[in-house]
Amino acid sequence: MNNKGIVGQIWIYAGLTVVSLGMLFPFFWMVTTSLKPESAVFQFPPQWLPNPPVWQNYADIFTKMPFGSYFFNSVYIAVIVTAGTGLVAAMAGYSFAKMQYPLRNPIFLILLSGMMIPTEVTAIPLFTWMSELGWVDTHIPLILPPMLGAGAIFGAFIVRQFFITIPDELDEAAKLDGCSPIQTFRYIMLPLAVPALATVSIFTFLDRWNEFFDPLIYLNTKELFTLPIGLALLTTDAGVDWPLLLAASTVATLPLLIVFFMAQNKFVEGISNTGLK
Amino acid sequence: MRIGSLRRTEIVYGYAFILPIVLGFALFLLGPIVYAFIMSFSNWSLMNDLEFVGADNYIRALTEDPVLWTTLRNTLYFSAGMVPINIVVALLLALLLRRKLPGIGLFRTAIFTPVVVSFVVWSIVWKFIFATDGGLVNLLVRQFGGTDIPWLYSMTWTMPVVILVSALKNVGMNMVIFLGALQTVPTSYYEAAKIDGASPWKAFRSITLPLISPAIFLTTIITIIGSLKVFGQVYVMTQGGPGTSTYVMVYYIYRLAFRSFEFGYASTIAFILFFIILLLTIVQWQLRRKWVHYEQ
Repeated sequence: MNNKGIVGQIWIYAGLTVVSLGMLFPFFWMVTTSLKPESAVFQFPPQWLPNPPVWQNYADIFTKMPFGSYFFNSVYIAVIVTAGTGLVAAMAGYSFAKMQYPLRNPIFLILLSGMMIPTEVTAIPLFTWMSELGWVDTHIPLILPPMLGAGAIFGAFIVRQFFITIPDELDEAAKLDGCSPIQTFRYIMLPLAVPALATVSIFTFLDRWNEFFDPLIYLNTKELFTLPIGLALLTTDAGVDWPLLLAASTVATLPLLIVFFMAQNKFVEGISNTGLK
Repeated sequence: MRIGSLRRTEIVYGYAFILPIVLGFALFLLGPIVYAFIMSFSNWSLMNDLEFVGADNYIRALTEDPVLWTTLRNTLYFSAGMVPINIVVALLLALLLRRKLPGIGLFRTAIFTPVVVSFVVWSIVWKFIFATDGGLVNLLVRQFGGTDIPWLYSMTWTMPVVILVSALKNVGMNMVIFLGALQTVPTSYYEAAKIDGASPWKAFRSITLPLISPAIFLTTIITIIGSLKVFGQVYVMTQGGPGTSTYVMVYYIYRLAFRSFEFGYASTIAFILFFIILLLTIVQWQLRRKWVHYEQ
């Protein structure tokens, strides 16, 4: 390696370090502020590290707002939708890849076209239907449509692409051994599809954990709120209690960041493999 | 005979396996979009029962609704700022990150992190950083002897701040897509260029750029479509203000449909947005067809 190459590499590292620190700074600022008393928040010159750190805000989020309910609602809705979407997508993806029946490919293409329909447009009729059924201000509209809608189609697409790479012989051998289609799917195909389903689950969970529009239009009762809407509505109050809000934001973000740092290759591969196909 | 019954079984199960997803498509995508289209020709609201008014809503929207034009202009301003910043920065970062240097994965992880968090949390933190009275940016401005700037309460500054915050949030996403595209460029091309004495810039212009241009165009269109639907960050950071300076289309649809309960007219505005997105999607399909053909 010549001198010029080394200097170039130092510049690359320097540039990337600045950009990376910039990207992580909001997280740093969120956590440090959440450990300050309200009086220290707007102090001049800025206090870079909490001195001393105050943990009171983390206790207060559970007493000053129904944070426990927000958290529980977010977890259980995201888990149900992720499990449901995974199952629906696995079944459809297997069927579209491996089974032979009339109109299979046209049906698949029509479903794919559904992915470009913006939820902002379908939300209006869905809202009127849900209110006819008396389901406004319940969690049903946050579970049922996402579980079977565009997210499931995206999932079916990923699973299908995966099954296409699996040789047909496996399927045929199972059939000759007397497996019913359900047995073949359950005991042979589903275990094979775990990597594809992991990608689908990560995207679905992330999407639902962060969903904002649906809970905003459907929910009125505070105890039914999910984290994004519970947090967002606190910012529109006059006189925001920033350390409290940022403590709540930290707790809301932490599970996501832990999963991301543990499975980050899965995230990144998922996007490079599916982003453009 | 046995083959025939096996064949029939497969057909029955084939359809059974796609039944849930087809039902979901019919009930939650196709049904609503058709119904929204019908509603867009009615004056249905909390006050009026569903009554068809022909094309009145569309005429009202296009000729006598200044709010629509304001929101359309603001949305396009947002896209025009956010998309180029996002694409250029994502491409630059991908070019730096594709080198196989030790520890480079850490940078990729750091830059991708904001993609994972919710727009609500990301916007809350930035709203705090850009707070007028004692936000970090203004504290730094003061430290350098300046006076507080009302970043989120200024007709001039608010939209640029929203653009910046949005571009940073998702730059990691497009960066990863570009990294994937860059990996498909054979290294032998660069070796050949080096032997021919081509400068790095020349190699970028003549090898990298043409080979990844399909990825760039497709990503750009996807990013434009996403930017036209901007909502969460506006809701959290500005509520459309100050005045109407960040009042964007989806915010207008939200206010019409779920605050004023004007379902008919809200559907009309939603469909105008849908037509714009549809147009971009068709362009994307055409380009993709052309490139797939070209790649073969």
